[in-house]
Order: sequence, then structure tokens, then C-alpha cells
Amino acid sequence: MVSDAARPGAGELVAERAAALAALVTRPWTLMEVCGGQTHAIVRWGLDQLLPPGLRLIHGPGCPVCVTPAATLDAAQQLARRPEVILCSYGDMLRVPGSSGGDLLGVRAAGGDVRLLTSPLQAIALAREHPGRQVVFLAVGFETTAPATALLARQALALGLTNLTLLTAHVRVPPAMEAIVAAPVEPSAGNNVVQGFLAAGHVCAVMGTAELEALVDRRQVPVVVTGFEPADLLAGLLACVQQLEAGQARVSNAYGRVVRQQGNPAARALLQRVFTVVDQPWRGFGPIAGGGLALRPPYDVLEARRRFGLGSGPTAELQQVREAEPAGPCIAGTILRGRATPDQCPAFGTACTPEQPLGAPMVSSEGACAAWYRYRR
Amino acid sequence: MSERIQLAHGGGGTLMQRLIETELRSLYADPSVVLHDAARLQLPHGGLAFTTDGYVVQPLEFPGGDIGRLAVCGTANDLAMAGARPLHLSVGLILEEGLELALLRRIVASLAAAARECGMTVVTGDTKVVERGKGDGVFITTSGIGLVECAAPIDPLAIAPGDQLLVSGDLGRHGVAILAARHGLDLQPPLFSDCAPLWPAVQALLQAGVRLHCLRDLTRGGLASALQELAVVRGLTLLVEEARLPVAEPVARCCEVLGFDPLHLANEGRFVAVLPAADMEAALAVLSPQGGAWIGEVPSSEAMRAATPEPPAGRVLLRTPFGSERLLLPLSGELLPRIC
Repeated sequence: MVSDAARPGAGELVAERAAALAALVTRPWTLMEVCGGQTHAIVRWGLDQLLPPGLRLIHGPGCPVCVTPAATLDAAQQLARRPEVILCSYGDMLRVPGSSGGDLLGVRAAGGDVRLLTSPLQAIALAREHPGRQVVFLAVGFETTAPATALLARQALALGLTNLTLLTAHVRVPPAMEAIVAAPVEPSAGNNVVQGFLAAGHVCAVMGTAELEALVDRRQVPVVVTGFEPADLLAGLLACVQQLEAGQARVSNAYGRVVRQQGNPAARALLQRVFTVVDQPWRGFGPIAGGGLALRPPYDVLEARRRFGLGSGPTAELQQVREAEPAGPCIAGTILRGRATPDQCPAFGTACTPEQPLGAPMVSSEGACAAWYRYRR
Repeated sequence: MSERIQLAHGGGGTLMQRLIETELRSLYADPSVVLHDAARLQLPHGGLAFTTDGYVVQPLEFPGGDIGRLAVCGTANDLAMAGARPLHLSVGLILEEGLELALLRRIVASLAAAARECGMTVVTGDTKVVERGKGDGVFITTSGIGLVECAAPIDPLAIAPGDQLLVSGDLGRHGVAILAARHGLDLQPPLFSDCAPLWPAVQALLQAGVRLHCLRDLTRGGLASALQELAVVRGLTLLVEEARLPVAEPVARCCEVLGFDPLHLANEGRFVAVLPAADMEAALAVLSPQGGAWIGEVPSSEAMRAATPEPPAGRVLLRTPFGSERLLLPLSGELLPRIC
């Protein structure tokens, strides 16, 4: 027993749903699971081996480590090198290469004070413990982690902490889904064209389904709110293929035990109070309209870029990320946009491994390349 | 004596002598041993096992253990994995200037207790003090000598197709206890490290007549790294049944939240045993009462060839509860909690 997935009964449920899928599918379909947690679960449990032939899954951009712009990481590294700064963030972020290939662990090895947090609120304790230092929290992630950052911003302001700032790079998922379906199909994409989405269950648990309804209205693509356990993922696949086979496109919720239509109203209200929606660069994509969140007044005084004179906000890094791909053979951007699978990259598993990642999707376990490398190679 | 370690405690003068006499002498079963440059040992006839290890854990004290207990059990367990009864131990201490003496006392007392529990005598030792900032409180190195008590070599090269894989208890407790202490996770109820001597279980297996082909203790890197090392050295495929892996509920929950795989987490009181199928029942009779379990096998080469025409040499396959298969790879890089 390693997870809920392995509980008695889970195997039967998965087998049942896999059989139902096989009976349902009459044509090839290509679906995208949006969230990196889903990608990880699919590859970890070998669920793709249970799918009927012709039903393909391609991996979405839902890995915060993967889509945080290199320029933001450069800014973080630059701050971490300053002697007065304690730079803190979540574990995965410390290993992501910036534009020069170096990461925060490297800065730490060279003497920078880089710390790993498991909750943003730990930054408050750090700031109080070190009144003579500047604590900078590198705040990344989707709508799932943004409420915790919002809480941190509120507490920091309420406490009047003058030595705590946030280097924010929070991103919003629905605009990226829209960018994926709206993008023209390059001839090189082959059959990597998304026909339906398994939406990220945890993002929907916070945000609800209204934004997805709007996306479906505009783009006529099936979207199924999906969980992360093997049986949940197969339920999502089943609901999505049912729509495709019937020629429908709507939002359906296959993760009802967690996701409500209105999401989590308290978390949404908190996000609205602290953040404003902005255009935001995504690594591998370039700028996405409405793709990010920036601190709104009065919380914007906490923005580290402002405090340290690095520009006004994440959009200041827009110009630097027009180029979607890192130099060399890595095709991280194409993979993040769902136009290629990791094995289609010439560097996969050879020049690029989790020890020596060329692109961000090889860093986090939820990045598509790292998931493939860990379980598939 | 000041209540903190000073540089002079390592200087070879009176402070150092007093430190050894008052704080460290209790480690030694025979009071004469620290008075001379080397220990003279009377060893029984037979094969000897010899091993050494360094211990640098943070925090120094954690739920279920501390660096002292770890430094004894780790070395004793390495001996046990060679089928050797742990006998004698050396203890090298590197102390950081400013270390609280009360903490050192607790670590030394724990170390002495663990040595008694393992049936080992501390026969020689060394103490150094480094400047503040040049150490991490306490570093310990221990070396151990043991007497080999089984005739056939317990060795990865003895692993044969058809062998069965057993673990001696549930997985990942030490790793979670340390991570929780390090990252300030307040687990309720707290999880305790599994840090414990392994020789009693190995001895029981030998006494039950189990032919042990190989043993490996599951320390850093967890079950995944241990199995990978065995598979690569022997050039065989190992097949693990995921549904049979024993992982306690709180460990599984903690891993789920932090994004860790319990198979990558460190253990300090667990081992994997590789043995012939005919001896499995006898082995399970010893290990099951302490939480041990069958987890997989070394498939016969015919079975592997039927499944994949050219199976690569040395790999660990994991069969999920859904019948799909994936590679079980060792952890790469540092164990870092995920974001969401």
C-alpha cells in the first residue's frame, strides 16, 4: 500500500473504467491532461498502458517549475547573491535552471543564503528572526498556491514587516489552455493536436468551473474536471471521450468529491483582494494574455522587483522571454504547448537528464520529461 | 567545565583529558582501552567483516533516535548485512566549538546504549574540535568489526533467477521523521525513526536455516536505490509488486502531501533479503511478526525473455496494482518537497 491508488477495490474500478473506455472508443482521440500532478500519476501508475489503441494522452503545461520564466529565475538568483538577502522558495524551484543554466542550489553552494520552505508563512518567521536581513520569497505556482501567497502578503502588510518581499510569478491555468487550442497547428505537430482537456482538479477546487465554461463557449472543446488518483483519471478520460464520441463540448465534473461549481469562495475572495490579473510570460509559451497574477495596491509595496529596483512586475521580464525555447536541442516549449511528447526530443535521456536538465520539464517530478524519464525510459 | 565545547577541548591538554574522562569514558566497556594508542583485540577464529561509515545527520536529535544511535546502528547493520555478528566499534567524534555539553552528553549516552543493544564494545576512539562554523554540531565516524556466522557468502553475486525478495519491515519511517524534523512539519501523532539493530533478525533467519543469498540494508536512497544496486551488480531484472510493499498509513500520507516516493526515503532499521523460493516460508515466519513482507522476485530468465525479447541487464521493474509496469529508478539529486 503506497497510496490511495493501491487500496483494495481501486484495481477493480480502474479495470472496469478501462474496459468501458475500450468499448466506447470508435476513433483515435488526443486528450491533454493539463496538470503536472496528473501527468506524474498517469506515468507513475502506467495508466497509459491500459488505454485502448488510438486514445492518446499528451501532457499539459501544469507544472509551476516548468513555466516560471527564466528571467524570473535570473532575478531570484541575482537577489540570492546579495549578502543581505535570504531567498526562500519551494523545493523544486531551487533546481530550475535560469537563462544561463545555473540554479539557486548553485547560488547556495557559492555562498548565497537560499532556503527551502514548505509553507509561505514560514517566511514571516524568517523575517522576524533576521530583522537585519531582507527575506525574499519567490512566489510561484498556479491558483492552488496563490491563495497561500495572498495570505502571506496580507500578514506581512498587517504586521508591518519591512524586511519581507515577494518575487511573484503566479500563473493562471485557463488562459494557457486557451493559448493551446487557439495556436495554429504547425505541420510538425503531427497528431499532437488537443481535442479535449482533463482540467486540473485542484485548480478547480479553488477557482470553480466558471472560467472553464467561458473557455468552452469560445473554443468548443470538451473540458472535464479531473482528479489525480488512477480511478479519478480514468473517470475523467471516460467523460471526455463520451463527449467527443457524441460530438459534444461542455464542462463536466468528474471530480465531484472535491470540486464545487463555485470553487472555494474564501480563497477566491482572497485572491481578488491581493492580486490583479495581468499578461504574463510563460516559459515555453511566451506572453499569455491574462496568464498571471500581480500584487495589487496596497500589497504591491511587497513586490521584490520594486523594492530592489528590478522593474515594476513580472511583465518587465516580458521582452526577455519572446524566445520560447532554450538554446540547443531541447524542445521544452513545444512539449509544454502539447505539440510534442518527451520521447520526440533529441536530447531526451541523453543530453538531458534529471541530473543535467536542459529544460525545466526535466526538473520537477511533475514535469512531463522528468515523469517520462523516471518511469518510462 | 564550561557548558559548551571550546576549541581547547580538542587541544590535547587538560581540558581534553577531562572531557574524555568525564564525558566519554562511559562509552568504553574496558576502562583501560582509552589509555593506550590502539586496542588489542582477541578475535574468535573465522571470517571477519569490517566496515566504516560517517554520520552527519541534521537535526542531531530526531523523533526515535539521534546521531549517536544512528552511528552505532548504521555500522552494526552494515556488518549484519554481510552475515556478521557485530563485535567491536571505533568512535571518532568531530565536535564544533560552541556545542552544548548537555547535548553531547545525551548523544554519548545514546551511543553507549545503542552499542550495548547491538552487543558491541567500543574499543577505540578519537575526539577533535573544529572552530565554530566549520562543523555541524557533531560529526561521528564509526568503524566496526564483526564475526561472519554463515558459511555461504551473502553477496549480490549469489542472487539467482527464481529468488524471492522480502523486506524486514515497513518502509520510509526514518526518512519521514527526519524530513518532518528538518522542515518543521508538526506530524500528529509524530512519526518515529525506525533506527534499530538488524543483527537479531539476520541471526534468527540464519538459525531458521534460511539460505540468504543477499542482504542489503535500506539506508539513504531507500528500497529503490538498494534494489537498483543489486540488479546492476548482478545484471538481472528484479520484479517488485507495488501492492505488496509495506508502507504505514502516516508515511504514505506524508509522502502524498510532499510529493515523495516512500521507496526513495531512507530507512535505518530495514533490510531487503534475497533468498531461494524454497526458504521463503521459513523466512516469512521470522520476518512477518515484525512487519516484514514478500515484495517480489527475480524472474527466471525464460520468463523475462518471453516478456521482452532483449531485456536490458540490471533493472528493477515495478508492477503497479493495475497490472501496468514501470521502471523503479533510484532518486536523482536531492529529495525536495514539491510545490503543489
